[in-house]
Amino acid sequence: MNGTPVLEARGLVKLFGRVVGLDAVDMTLYSGEILAVIGDNGAGKSTLIKCLSGALIPDQGSILLDEKEVRFRTPQDARDAGIETVYQQLAVAPALDIAENLFLAREVRRKGFLGSVFRMLDTGEMKRESTEQIKSLGISTLQNISQAVETLSGGQRQAVAVARAAAFGSKVVILDEPTAALGVRETGQVIKLIRELRDSGKAIILISHDMPHVFELADRIHIQRLGGRAAVITPKSHTMEDAVAIMTGAKTVTSAGAPTTAE
Amino acid sequence: MAISTDSAASAAVEEFLNRPPTIGQRVHSVLHRQPALSPAIVLVLACVGFSLTSSHFYQLTNLSLLLQQASVVGTLAAGQTLIILTAGIDLAIGAVMVLSSLVMVKLASSSGVPGVLALLIGAAIAILAETITGLLVTRIKLPPFIVTLGMLSIFTAISLIYAQGQTILLNPGAFLLWTGNSFAIGSLHLTYGVLLMLGVYVVFAYALRYTAWGRHLYAVGDDAEAARLAGIRVNRVLLSAYVVAGFAIAVAAWILVGRVGGGDPNSGLNANLESITAVVIGGTSLFGGRGAVIGSLIGALIVQVFDNGLALAGLDPNYQVLAVGILVIVAVSVDQWIRSVKA
Repeated sequence: MNGTPVLEARGLVKLFGRVVGLDAVDMTLYSGEILAVIGDNGAGKSTLIKCLSGALIPDQGSILLDEKEVRFRTPQDARDAGIETVYQQLAVAPALDIAENLFLAREVRRKGFLGSVFRMLDTGEMKRESTEQIKSLGISTLQNISQAVETLSGGQRQAVAVARAAAFGSKVVILDEPTAALGVRETGQVIKLIRELRDSGKAIILISHDMPHVFELADRIHIQRLGGRAAVITPKSHTMEDAVAIMTGAKTVTSAGAPTTAE
Repeated sequence: MAISTDSAASAAVEEFLNRPPTIGQRVHSVLHRQPALSPAIVLVLACVGFSLTSSHFYQLTNLSLLLQQASVVGTLAAGQTLIILTAGIDLAIGAVMVLSSLVMVKLASSSGVPGVLALLIGAAIAILAETITGLLVTRIKLPPFIVTLGMLSIFTAISLIYAQGQTILLNPGAFLLWTGNSFAIGSLHLTYGVLLMLGVYVVFAYALRYTAWGRHLYAVGDDAEAARLAGIRVNRVLLSAYVVAGFAIAVAAWILVGRVGGGDPNSGLNANLESITAVVIGGTSLFGGRGAVIGSLIGALIVQVFDNGLALAGLDPNYQVLAVGILVIVAVSVDQWIRSVKA
């Protein structure tokens, strides 16, 4: 793990009318690690990652990417900065094929006259790159790159979404409940994929309700409670019971707010 | 022991998952990839059928007449396809076309505006009208059905008020009548209007298939939220569908002028629904995101073939209405089947 964080949030505040969504939340993320964000419903997990991915604009506080302050007005801004998000709902276009989905909203045009005047897409190039990307992530279940996504299983669709995030999220990949809509076997595929991503050196934020998965995958665990950060723990320093206790407020961590890394 | 049964079980699962597709699944998967295939089959069957019932049907004069009769609704259907692909609908598409054609004709005849300029102003009216519809759909988030239902009344009324209920005829040889002029390829006589229609289809088919805009249109119509999360500016794509449809409407208005010989406020009364009929018969899904623009041309031709063929067979023309009604129901049922089953 590097000494300086890739992504850092300082004192993020987000209000929804009189409801406090985020209450001065700090967060740090290093490259090559999986940071899990857990918390009860309404604890501010989604609000936090929406601020980081540009879907919401925080009312106060700052976000630093590579130690430089950034302001995301739209998800596109965050994307352009190298932060990709995989959503819980399967955010793929069902009728389009795998290659078209990987390059959705980032299509590659033909070179020269055909591309500049007639705006013709370079489908061959996109297919080639998609095949490579799928191969490099070791997703063996996606065989035919020209297959419509709606003919795939839920796990395969999510694999497409993860592959897209991996291909374009140069710095940070945010995974929002990536396995919530999946069965056991498919969940296994996606978890394997998340590990591959981490090992490729990307910084990963994983939002999940599934404690065993969190403890299996995460390097550090950021616990949200009532809109604020209750603690940052590691699977080595704490047990699942501890995490649940902190989440529900049964236990408090005295050193809350001090990001402690085990290594 | 446990491990061996486990792998045996998963092998069985693999085998089950990789079992060869049944005939039904194969048909489904082909139709799934080629939405215009089933209407094409219907068109061919209808043509063969009517050729058997009447020797006049397949004569070139009759076929060229067929194309000319289908040209107005066919061109409108191309525009309607774009809107329906976004899961929208335009009930006022014919009314906008009529207003646009009246503006062209009135400017050229009563106000003495040069034909080309009158054409451009009329076209601008069509594009403006669709832009307003698109803005109401995207900015105020009104359902397209309601917006265009209102627009239907508004534009029908404006047309009648503007033309004072009268038909205006243009002098023969006027520029605006060019779309009605014909040329011959052998003994096949086609109008320039038919050529314009085909041109619109070529351009739209290209744009939908080979440009990012086309792919985005499908993605938005398929699942607008997923498209937004993927980084597509959904509102922009939606608005563009209406604006580009306005362009097709303008071309249709010009073809209409050529066919009517001027401007008639009562000319396109059925065009609103006929364009939707053509799109639906052509295999484009009313739920959006699925279909091919070429199917709408086939759909428009099917309607015209039934009209023409049943008349030549000496049947009551009301049977054509009946047949089209049945075709619409069948087309939507086929679409449901295609959407429901996984290939």
